[in-house]
Amino acid sequence: MKRDGPTALERFINGVLPENPVYRQLLGMCPTLAVTNGMKPAMTMAAATAFVLICANIIVSLIRGLLKPHLRILVFTLTIATFVTIADRFLAAYMYEMSKQLGPYVPLIIVNCLIISRCEICASKQSLGVAAADAVGMSLGFAAALASIATVREILGSGSWFGISVLPAAWPGWGIMVLPPGAFLTLVLLLGIAEWMSARRRRAPERQSETESECSLHGHAH
Amino acid sequence: MDTLTSLVLIFIGAALINNFVLHYFVGICPFLGVSRRVDTAFGMGCAVTFVISISGLLNWTVTYFVLRPGAPLPVWVWQAVGGDPAKQIDLSVLSYIIYIFVIASSVQFVEMYVRKFFPHLYRSFGVFLPLITTNCAILFGSLEIMKRLQDPTKLWGLHEALALTLGGGVGFTIAISLMAGIREELDMCDVPKPLKGAGVALIIAGIMAMAFMGFVGVDKGVHGVLSALLK
Repeated sequence: MKRDGPTALERFINGVLPENPVYRQLLGMCPTLAVTNGMKPAMTMAAATAFVLICANIIVSLIRGLLKPHLRILVFTLTIATFVTIADRFLAAYMYEMSKQLGPYVPLIIVNCLIISRCEICASKQSLGVAAADAVGMSLGFAAALASIATVREILGSGSWFGISVLPAAWPGWGIMVLPPGAFLTLVLLLGIAEWMSARRRRAPERQSETESECSLHGHAH
Repeated sequence: MDTLTSLVLIFIGAALINNFVLHYFVGICPFLGVSRRVDTAFGMGCAVTFVISISGLLNWTVTYFVLRPGAPLPVWVWQAVGGDPAKQIDLSVLSYIIYIFVIASSVQFVEMYVRKFFPHLYRSFGVFLPLITTNCAILFGSLEIMKRLQDPTKLWGLHEALALTLGGGVGFTIAISLMAGIREELDMCDVPKPLKGAGVALIIAGIMAMAFMGFVGVDKGVHGVLSALLK
């Protein structure tokens, strides 16, 4: 049976692992590196990004018939900026401390390549259900990636996880892990492991001939 | 502290001490994507410096006169329509939307300019020139300026805003050019397979971030030298 495009379930699964935004596509590097020195800021950032991504994908999918080719990026960014303003005001009202700690990285969600690329590649071409499922899957994948990096950095850097200490009090705390260089090095480590594991799985003779879905992003700028 | 010293300190702070790429992680996408050759990387750095200064200038103007709490234009309109003068007018909820609109327009302008006068550079940038719009560094510069315009007792002037954005752009150019120089040499090396491409570039970025941490405290020395010179 010939299909018109990917189904909602396919898009949902695709976002979590096979096309994980951080490890497979290297998108959204700025929050990935900047707010992962602890689990709390990382999860707040993941939730804010998920809210913006899902809302923006839904709106873009609803207006996809009206988009003009040369103005579409502008429409995407203005849509995203509106939802980011909502998320930012919400954080400032209900989670003031966290909003202070995240600082400029909440408004910087506007220029998170992940959201724009999902609007461009998926939401502006697919129906509402597919676009929403894609956004939820991508958000989960992004949250999982942030959580993995933040876990390594917080445990090694401050000996705690979500603010609860998990290592003995004698743990010296690797200061470098919560500083900027630690962010780069942790990401490289996890990226290398992910690459190595997927290369090993690819060598095993199994479903190599997966049909590439219409939303997939092979040969993207990176 | 006189004006010149504070300008120099803002510039050095943005370019070296708190380098936009290596300390705040903004502008990582082009930093990894356009850093394969030194000349392209330098061109990209110049384009970003240009756009960040233009949009910093425009966004300072908009923030100062329209968006900050108690800005002159909305207060004047509010009183002209007979509103209560004791109420504080604050339009800063609109700032993100207006900033991104200003940035997108200035990128469009730069793209047209580069395509007309530097077609060679235009081809080597490829998709990354329109992507300057989504370069976090540009928006980050405007957000930093906005932060300095919230407290009415110590507002930043246009010269300070320009020093910050120019410094940020120069810092980006330094970082991306160094990175491209290292990566050109790295082409000859035998890198483990899982780390090829982005992985090894991120390792270099981590080491560079460590090196740039060494600039912490430079501002005190510069301040001392400048105040001795200007005395």
